Amino acid sequence: MASVRPVKLDINGKEKTLSLEPRVTLLDALREHLHMTGTKKGCDQGQCGACTVHVDGQRVLACLTLAVQSEGSAITTIEGLAGPDGTPHPVQQAFIEEDAFQCGYCTPGQIMSAVACIREGRAGSDDEIREFMAGNLCRCGAYPNIVSAVRKAAEATA
Amino acid sequence: MMNFDYSRATSLEEAATLARHPGAMLLAGGTTLLDLAKCEVARPERVIDLTRLPGLNTITVGESGATIGALATMSRVADDHGIQRRYPAIAESLLLAASAQLRNMATIGGNLLQRTRCPYFRDPAGYPACNKRDPGTGCSAIGGITRDHAVLGTSDHCIAVYPGDLAVALSALGATIQTNLRAIEIEAFFLMPGATPERETVLERGEIITAIAVPATPLAANSTYLKVRDRQSYEFAAASAAVGLELDSDGVTIRDIRVALGGIATKPWRAIAVEDALRGRRLDEGTVREASRTAVDGAKSHGGNAYKIELAPCVVARAILKAGGIQ
Ligand SMILES: Cc1cc2nc3c(=O)[nH]c(=O)nc-3n(C[C@H](O)[C@H](O)[C@H](O)COP(=O)(O)OP(=O)(O)OC[C@H]3O[C@@H](n4cnc5c(N)ncnc54)[C@H](O)[C@@H]3O)c2cc1C
Ligand code: SF4
Ligand code: FES
Ligand code: FES
Repeated sequence: MASVRPVKLDINGKEKTLSLEPRVTLLDALREHLHMTGTKKGCDQGQCGACTVHVDGQRVLACLTLAVQSEGSAITTIEGLAGPDGTPHPVQQAFIEEDAFQCGYCTPGQIMSAVACIREGRAGSDDEIREFMAGNLCRCGAYPNIVSAVRKAAEATA
Repeated sequence: MMNFDYSRATSLEEAATLARHPGAMLLAGGTTLLDLAKCEVARPERVIDLTRLPGLNTITVGESGATIGALATMSRVADDHGIQRRYPAIAESLLLAASAQLRNMATIGGNLLQRTRCPYFRDPAGYPACNKRDPGTGCSAIGGITRDHAVLGTSDHCIAVYPGDLAVALSALGATIQTNLRAIEIEAFFLMPGATPERETVLERGEIITAIAVPATPLAANSTYLKVRDRQSYEFAAASAAVGLELDSDGVTIRDIRVALGGIATKPWRAIAVEDALRGRRLDEGTVREASRTAVDGAKSHGGNAYKIELAPCVVARAILKAGGIQ
């Protein structure tokens, strides 16, 4: 039956080779095998967005992606967002300035989603931000400040 | 999640051969399959990854119709300008579904085959009785909490709603599902539960959806999708309607109309009675509201879902008026 196999992943520009069962999700590969715990596990069922990462530049849910499926793709996680000298990404900076979190658990997913949302051109108004960030739930209810942060970052990059 | 073997199909023929094995399941975006594997509703022994198959994700919009490759993602189809312009109901149904992340992952073929969100179906440990999941075990929903269950097309064996949005738009627009073996009209594709709710479509083991074809018609170009739900975004439909409307040159007489409903039935539900009541009639609010009542002919309440029988005709009427530019 299913056995462990080598899986080669390109994460934040670095190649990692792991030995994984096929059922291991990209989320578990990141957190449990690579100990990259920036990407969060909320629901593990595709409902909350805490596990949002970019695969080939597109925002996706790591909890519903098999690690083996991501072979050959460029994966970006929250750990890969800051500049090489550690300067926060403009969206990270905007989240800090707008106080866009309380417990912070949803925040890496919110930020990864927001970076893509802005890139997709879907951050033109508060309503558009709310609609296109709807896949990221925040149990602390920091939504107003999250919307402000996304708008601020979008305006800065416009 | 149980463990499984994984193989990446390199050709359609190879995928079909592998998929014929009992215990094999096809994997596209994985947003239904992996979710259900985690709940142990799906128990694949071998997963066949279709996502690297060449040539199955193209979107072609031409004079006679559109062809959408089965592996095209929901977001790509929703963002396609040709689809937006000539088949607005398709683009709208996709944009109102799931979330941006899920739409980037999920494919058009997988979307059609998404499974019901019936909470009993999704919880084998809590509710052993579910005819759809485990044939012959009974139905936990009948007599249970039925707020999200179907009022049309149900049987004594299953009352689960077909949850998807896209298939509703495709029903209204008369789409055809192309597989590696044949072409199937969407009306004939989905099955009602009857005594075999585990069988949801006419697809055979090893049959693979390759594309969806939609004819170019004036009503497709003037179509819309309206979705009403418990929250404004990121939620399945409480009731939804797809409408394609073609008016005579006078701008008020209905030359042709097609209507389909979502969120209230066991499969995407064509409302032929509404279409027949409106073809040749004048487009005005009174006529439309009256005709829309026939959308729920034969509906049966199970208690918690009675509101859908009130709601659906209102959604249909609003969608028709919206397509007609009245609201
Ligand atoms: C939180 C959440 C919210 C959602 N909200 C909505 C919503 O509001 N509206 C909506 O419509 N949907 C919604 N969905 C469902 C989502 O749209 C589907 O899960 C998705 O479209 C399935 O596509 P996929 O490519 O991921 O399918 P997969 O999970 O890969 O496959 C689904 C099924 O189809 C089979 N399959 C896949 N491709 C083919 C093919 N080409 N030929 C034959 N068989 C195939 C697989 O074997 C599997 O059984 C939601 C899902 C989640 C998790
Ligand atoms: S309604 Fe259908 S899916 Fe839900 S418990 Fe009953 S048999 Fe299962
Ligand atoms: S952990 Fe992936 S969506 Fe919640
Ligand atoms: S800040 Fe706590 S969940 Fe969002």
